[in-house]
Amino acid sequence: MKKLIQALAAVLIVSFALLYIVSGLNTSQGYTSSNTLTIFNWGDYIDAELVDKFEQETGIKVIYETFDSNEAMMTKIEQGGTAYDIAVPSEYAIEKMKEEDLLLPVNHSKIPNLKYIDQRFIDLPFDPGNAYSIPYFWGTVGILYNTDILGDNKITNWNDLWDPDLKNQILLIDGAREVMGMALNSLNYSLNDKNKGHLIEAKEKLDHLTPNIKAIVGDEIRMLMENDEAGIGVVWSGTAQELMWEKDNLEYVVPEEGSNLWFDNMVIPKTAKNPEAAHQFMNFMLDPENAAQNTEYVGYSTPNKEALNYMDEETISDERFYPDEEMTARLEVYENLGKKMLSYYNELFLEFKMHKK
Amino acid sequence: MRTNSRNFYLIPYVLWIALFVVTPLLLVLYYSFFNIEGHLTLENYRKFFTPVYLKMTLSSFWYAFLITLFSLLISYPTAYLLTKTKHKQLWLLLIILPSWINLLLKAYAFLGIFGTYGAANSFLEAVGIGGRQILFTDFSFIFVSVYIFLPFMILPIFNSLDELNPTLLDASNDLGGSSWVTFKRVIFPLTLDGVKAGCQIVFIPALSLFMLTRLIAGNRVITLGTAIEQHFLVTQDWGMGSTIAVFLIIAMVLIMVLTGRRKRGIL
Repeated sequence: MKKLIQALAAVLIVSFALLYIVSGLNTSQGYTSSNTLTIFNWGDYIDAELVDKFEQETGIKVIYETFDSNEAMMTKIEQGGTAYDIAVPSEYAIEKMKEEDLLLPVNHSKIPNLKYIDQRFIDLPFDPGNAYSIPYFWGTVGILYNTDILGDNKITNWNDLWDPDLKNQILLIDGAREVMGMALNSLNYSLNDKNKGHLIEAKEKLDHLTPNIKAIVGDEIRMLMENDEAGIGVVWSGTAQELMWEKDNLEYVVPEEGSNLWFDNMVIPKTAKNPEAAHQFMNFMLDPENAAQNTEYVGYSTPNKEALNYMDEETISDERFYPDEEMTARLEVYENLGKKMLSYYNELFLEFKMHKK
Repeated sequence: MRTNSRNFYLIPYVLWIALFVVTPLLLVLYYSFFNIEGHLTLENYRKFFTPVYLKMTLSSFWYAFLITLFSLLISYPTAYLLTKTKHKQLWLLLIILPSWINLLLKAYAFLGIFGTYGAANSFLEAVGIGGRQILFTDFSFIFVSVYIFLPFMILPIFNSLDELNPTLLDASNDLGGSSWVTFKRVIFPLTLDGVKAGCQIVFIPALSLFMLTRLIAGNRVITLGTAIEQHFLVTQDWGMGSTIAVFLIIAMVLIMVLTGRRKRGIL
C-alpha cells in the first residue's frame, strides 16, 4: 500500500518535472504562443529554406505539420487539439470550412503583396472577394506517361487509357473525386455531375478499365513512376513537373476531354492563436521572389504574376503547366457536392476498387 | 482493511478498462446509429447487408484465413526445430527481431524488393524463370502479411512446445508409437493451446489490415479495415465506419469464444 503510494507519487513528480522542463526549453528557444506560427500544409509542398528565411526575417518560430488529404486536414481542425495558424485547403474544402464556420476572415490591408496575384485567381466562386483565403498554388489533374515503356503510343485523352494494349500499365491516385472525375470526363460529362444515371455509367466504364490498372495508390505513385514501375500514372500536375525535372522519359498531358482545375489557398482556421503572424507569413509567401523560389522547388503553378519574371522562361511557357485561355476553358473546378453526394461518389469508387480483374 | 486495500489496488485497472476499453466500444456502438447527416437511424446496418459490404466481409475473411493458414504451416515446423537447437533463445531472438522494426518501413522495403527492377525479379531472371509482376498481386499481399505476422505465431507455439514434458515422448516411444503417431496423439494435442493462441493473434488483426492493402496490394484487395479507414478519413461517414467496426468486433468475439473454450486440457 505504502509502496504503491510512493510509486504513484514518484510518477507524478517525474511527470511534472518533465512538463516543467519542456515548457522551459520551449521558452528558452523562443517557442511561446505569441511568438510561434503553426502551419498545416500538404506534404512536400514548400521549400524549407523559405521557412528558415521567414524565421530569420521576423523572429517568429515556425512549427510545421503536414497532411495528405483535405478531409484528414478538416477533421483535425474540427477536433481542435492543435491550434493551427495557417492551413492550405483546396477550393471545395474552403467552401465547406466556410459553411461550417471554421475560418477567420483575412485582413487584406496586412497583405500588400496581394497585388502581385494574377486577376484570374482573385475573387473565384468558392471564396468571393477572397474574404477568407489567399492563393498559394494551382494546377491540374492529368496523365503522366513513360515514353520508354509506351514507345510511340501517344496519349492525348482519357479514352486512350482504355486501350487494351495498356494491360497492367496504369497507376491511379487513391481519390474518389479524381478517379470518378476522370471517368465522367471521358464520357463528356461534368466532373461535378450529380445525375445518378451518369455516375453509374461512369462506374461501369471504370470497371472495364480494371485489366489495365496496376494499382491504386497514394503518394507512393511518385516513387513508382520514378522507378519506371508503370507506363502511366494519373497524377496532379506538380507531381508530374517534379518528376519530369528529374527524368527525361516522362511526359505529361492534360487530356483533351477536359480535367480538373484546382486551387490551394492559404486560410486562417478559427482556432488560430497567432493570426498576426499568419498574415505576415501570407504576405511573405506572396513576395514575388519568395514565390518564385517556392515554385521552382514545389513544381506546381504559381498564381503570382510578378513571380513569373524571376522564373525560367522554359517553365512558364510550358502550356501543360501554365495552360492558355482555350485550355483553361475545358478545365473544371470541383464543387462542394454535399455530404450525401460525396458519400455516393465514394461508394461507387469503393465498388470499383473491389471489382476483380 | 484487507478487502479495502485490495479494492484500492483495483482502481488503476478499473479506470484503465473503463476509459480505454469500455468507453471506446460504447462510442463506436453509439456512432453506428447515425447516418451521414447526423440523424438517428438503422440505415447503416441495412447498408452492411448489401452485396458490396457482404462481398468485402467475405474477402476479408478469406484473406485472413489464408494468412493464418500459411503462417501456421511455416511456424509450426520452425518452432519445433527451434526447440531442438542448441541456442534456442538466440534463434528465437533473431526471429523476433524484425518485429521491432516499424511495419510501414518493412512495407516500403518490400515495394523495392518486389518491384519490376527489384531484387526478387533480378533473382527470377538470373535463374531463368524470367521477370514477372510480383508487386500488387494476391501473392505479394499474402507473402508480406505472413512475413509480418510470423513472429506472433511462432512465439506461442514455441512456448507450448518448449513446455512439453520430454518423458511423455519417451513413454509414447516405449509403448510402440511411431513418430507420426507420437506427433498426432501426443505432441500436437498438447500444443494445441499454443496453436490456438497464435491463430487468434494472427487472424484477428489480419481481418482489419489496411495499410498493406494499399502499399503492397495496390488497393486490389479491399478489406473491412480499408473501408473503415476510408469512411473515417475521406467520406467522414463515421456512422458507416463504426457499423463496420461493430461487425468486426462481433466477429472477433465469436472467434475468441469458438477457439478459446478448450481449457480442460488433456492431462
